[in-house]
Amino acid sequence: MVRVSPTRGGQPGLRGDKPGDPGYEENLAAFESRVSRGDKVEPGDWMPDAYRQQLIRLIHVHANSEICGALPEGGWIPNAPSLKRKLALIAKVQDEVGHAQLLYRAAETLGKSREEMIEELISGKAKYSNVFHYHAETWADVATISWLIDAGAIVNQTMMAEGSYGPYARALKRICYEEAFHLTHGYDMCITLATGTKLQHDMLQDAVNRWWKPIMMFHGPGDKVSRHTDLLMRWRVKMKTNDEQRQQFLKQYMPKIYQLGLTVPDEWEMRFDEVEGVWRYREPDWDEFLHVVRGNGPASALRLRTRKMAHEDGAWVRRALQSAAGQSAVGESVAGAG
Amino acid sequence: MSTGTTFSAAGDIQGEERSALIDLLYRLGDDDLMIGHRNSEWTGLAPILEADIAFSSMAQDEIGRALSYYRMLHALGEPDPDTIAFTRAAAAYRCASLASLDRSDWAFSTVRQYFYDVATTRRLALMADSSYTPLSQFVRKVGGEQKYHMMHSRMWVVRLGKGTDESRLLMQQAVEKAYPHALGMFEATEWDAVIAGSGIGPCEADVEASWVEEVAEHLSASGLAVPTNVEPTYGGRCGRHPEELGCLLEEMQKVYKLEPSAPW
Ligand SMILES: [Fe+2]
Ligand SMILES: [Fe+2]
Repeated sequence: MVRVSPTRGGQPGLRGDKPGDPGYEENLAAFESRVSRGDKVEPGDWMPDAYRQQLIRLIHVHANSEICGALPEGGWIPNAPSLKRKLALIAKVQDEVGHAQLLYRAAETLGKSREEMIEELISGKAKYSNVFHYHAETWADVATISWLIDAGAIVNQTMMAEGSYGPYARALKRICYEEAFHLTHGYDMCITLATGTKLQHDMLQDAVNRWWKPIMMFHGPGDKVSRHTDLLMRWRVKMKTNDEQRQQFLKQYMPKIYQLGLTVPDEWEMRFDEVEGVWRYREPDWDEFLHVVRGNGPASALRLRTRKMAHEDGAWVRRALQSAAGQSAVGESVAGAG
Repeated sequence: MSTGTTFSAAGDIQGEERSALIDLLYRLGDDDLMIGHRNSEWTGLAPILEADIAFSSMAQDEIGRALSYYRMLHALGEPDPDTIAFTRAAAAYRCASLASLDRSDWAFSTVRQYFYDVATTRRLALMADSSYTPLSQFVRKVGGEQKYHMMHSRMWVVRLGKGTDESRLLMQQAVEKAYPHALGMFEATEWDAVIAGSGIGPCEADVEASWVEEVAEHLSASGLAVPTNVEPTYGGRCGRHPEELGCLLEEMQKVYKLEPSAPW
């Protein structure tokens, strides 16, 4: 196993990690055989620069999705219709913020700072999940997101948790554990609405209708269109293709959707192919997907504006915390708290 | 002072003592609900992720306590907790204005939380031996989480008070703004003497005195000036609230009122 000294761990581009660099081919061969054995890659280990960059990109997008994902649901906390739901929703959104924190930390082990990643998010340079580019219009949207989007996320993250990069895989293990609670909370809300009054049931059906497109797009472009998949699978950054994840999601959740007396919009022509054992559907418009994730979705501008405002409003606080006086004050205050 | 009688359950307390207890529980529950609601408005929007998570935790603790106080009220014959929380008109709430004011900026939210936590800590300490057993039991149960709130609030006040000139100035402004409302937490009600006399809880003047002392000490230690000759903002304890509460309630009750009789 090839290791570099830990002091160089955070300095990408200094260790013969690009094609053509001396020793690159040997290092790559050793790296790939490790990864194929199922070994975890740790921050100080040699890794191809392309692997590092792909992981930074992936974890960064994932972290951004968690923090942006806190917005549509967080906006409904003040309106939660019972004390129990209010408590559960705060806890849920708090978890998502916690996920962002864990993921930014995992990405930092690859040499990119949290501050830099947040700057890129609010400048619109870095992406986040397509689903958070849409508005949460009613309380039923909150239920739908908590159930079906978290379910989609679990399919993705359970797979990613088996990936080769140690810090990301470990963060995902913990995240998946919490996502399971979100799913239960979301499903419970959906059951309540689906079996409630006509108004409640219709509200949920309307939410599912509006969210179905983003949900069908959630796992990313189909395998015919997706650019990154081959390399990512070889390096065990990803273990299943986007289409495989979508199939897994549909197999698990389509029956449950029907069980609740809900439907999905006809235009998707969803049907289960008994012979092949797969769901058939009209292929999503991937150009539209790309257009949305590039910041042109219905809520994209609002999301960035909100994040930017929160970031700018909090700048004086971060400056105070970084100041020497703010730092030393911590020790004193805790000592004095008794 | 206390008559020495213990009321071990809802059925044991009658007459004016029962009315006094009910009023006290509404004040405690409504304060916690409103400040919890306000704190949860920071979820996803706080200046740093760590603070975001901490504020959400405190919001959950506070709303969780409100639920417990409302359950005690329900045991005393009042409506169920969600009906209490979601259906009253503004004038029926008994929260202090400190708890219901807009979240404003981080300085105000931090100072408000600190003022609230000192009052809560003092109040809980004085209710640990409440003659109403369900209350004393509950107070002992939440002592641990309140210790954490207190430590957190104190730390934030000193960090921002001593951080930069900019942060000290913002914190000082927040202190000036919040202080009269904080004193409003100790507005005495018509039940004050009964509550103290029956040993259910402290009289408000006692909580206020210990609050004033502790706050003065910590503000000074944090490089912040202690406001003097402040006229308290009263009214919350008898249902006269700032406009902000009306807006808060409208938001809070919006979805509930779509189907007030259905579970959500
Ligand atoms: Fe998450
Ligand atoms: Fe989640």
